[in-house]
Amino acid sequence: MRTDVSAFLGAYPWRKVPGTSATAVLAAMERTAIDAAWVSHLPSFFWRDPMEGNAWLYDTASRSDRLAAVPAIHPGFPGWEQELDGAAQAGVPAVRADPTWYGIDARGAEMARLAKACASLGMPLMLAVRLEDGRQRHPNDRVDELPPWAVRSLIRSDPSLRLVVTHAERTFIEEVHFGSTPAEAARIWWDITWVWGPPEDHLATLIDTMGAARFVFGTGQPLRIPENPVAKLDLLDLPPDDRAAIESGNAELLRRPPRR
Amino acid sequence: MLIDVHAHFLHERTPRKDWRERNASRLRAGERVGISWHVASVLGSWGLRSPIYFPSPEDVTLANEVQRALEAEHPGRIRGYVVVNPNFTAHAIAEIDRGRSLGMVGVKLAASRRADDPLLDPVCDRAAHHGLPVLQHIWQHRRREFAGQEASDALELAALARRHPRVSFILAHIGGGGDWLHSLRAVRDVVNIHVDLSGSGVDGGMLEACIASAGVERLLWGCDLTIDTGWAKLRYLERLLSAADFELVRAGNARRIFPAGSFPEA
Repeated sequence: MRTDVSAFLGAYPWRKVPGTSATAVLAAMERTAIDAAWVSHLPSFFWRDPMEGNAWLYDTASRSDRLAAVPAIHPGFPGWEQELDGAAQAGVPAVRADPTWYGIDARGAEMARLAKACASLGMPLMLAVRLEDGRQRHPNDRVDELPPWAVRSLIRSDPSLRLVVTHAERTFIEEVHFGSTPAEAARIWWDITWVWGPPEDHLATLIDTMGAARFVFGTGQPLRIPENPVAKLDLLDLPPDDRAAIESGNAELLRRPPRR
Repeated sequence: MLIDVHAHFLHERTPRKDWRERNASRLRAGERVGISWHVASVLGSWGLRSPIYFPSPEDVTLANEVQRALEAEHPGRIRGYVVVNPNFTAHAIAEIDRGRSLGMVGVKLAASRRADDPLLDPVCDRAAHHGLPVLQHIWQHRRREFAGQEASDALELAALARRHPRVSFILAHIGGGGDWLHSLRAVRDVVNIHVDLSGSGVDGGMLEACIASAGVERLLWGCDLTIDTGWAKLRYLERLLSAADFELVRAGNARRIFPAGSFPEA
């Protein structure tokens, strides 16, 4: 079983990206033996009200039992609480909020309120550090990357909050993990898409120092080819249980209500 | 056969205490991926005694000696580029002559001098004399200066390549940072520039764009600092290309532009 927690549907505004339809993403999943994908609506990262993309996302994801919607919640827009309640009733695996794209303070009151609401519902909150390598972005694409201190701040804001952070590299992950208490760090899951394999062996090091329980399989497709995280895992000598945990087990645990 | 045209090794006289582990990891991962040949360079003392991209002549000589020692240690697995700093012309020429006489198969230009600078001409003339390809470190679409390197982009490499039509140039790490779309447009019609697919970038659409711009005959597989991304691209290409074209990218194109006999079958 392999679950991609970080896939996207829909067009990207800054360059031509092939394969953004649900059909194409499903084909890429078939090609790389990915059984299920948590999908987010890519265009709405850039919309003033990203929640306007959720209806399309629910509808599109509902057409395949291999796709699960991760709707966007903008905590600065009126009605976000109802949108979050709707997501919970729909049984989504997570909701997402990407404050730097939305133009809101990643450590501000709005994100804190969303964090608390997600925690009370037992709903994981997903955030992306980046979507593209900062060195190649369009000159007008000036959105800040999510900073590590924002993740530390969020995870400290509520003792029940669970975070899924995607597109983070080794130094970011280490800074947050070891800048948190063990109880805080145990409520953060990291996808592996931006972590280097050999010869630098960042992923092997992180799994060794933090444990396989902290990592989930994510591709960032179709902005990135999904072969990448599969190759990363194939280059590790992980015990089968650890590999299974990263590929799907940890994501499955996230779908269950947290222990109180 | 699978040839990684963009590899690096570390050594004892660098800031990296984990140099042995990193070298061993590269070779171990290479075994798993099926890399037949790592075509590698050592960038001076990697900053210990002179800057990585502005190595002193002494560090250049040391690096090339280290590279040859690695080749001697792994005669069926590693081939080497002669690293040069074009600001020291006579030294660079001597290093190329010495390196070639000792079996090195290419020239590595990092970022000591802009690619279109006339100082690179004697280096490229010497590469032509020996029939060696030149691997040029590239920042894809350099829009400003960067500390620590005099980075070149594809437009500057294209200017150099047009001045030296007998030399095969390798545009380094198309996935290694910067706007690869700009680079691919810049090299589209410069037939003696080959595109090295290495780099940590695994953008959707990038490999298709490489094929559309340069054609499969001008693509070279490589990894640079991330073998995982190299393997991912290789797996993607296997589905995308015909068997014959896939073989060109794996090894055929490299065997064509490097000196004859550089990569004997095991």
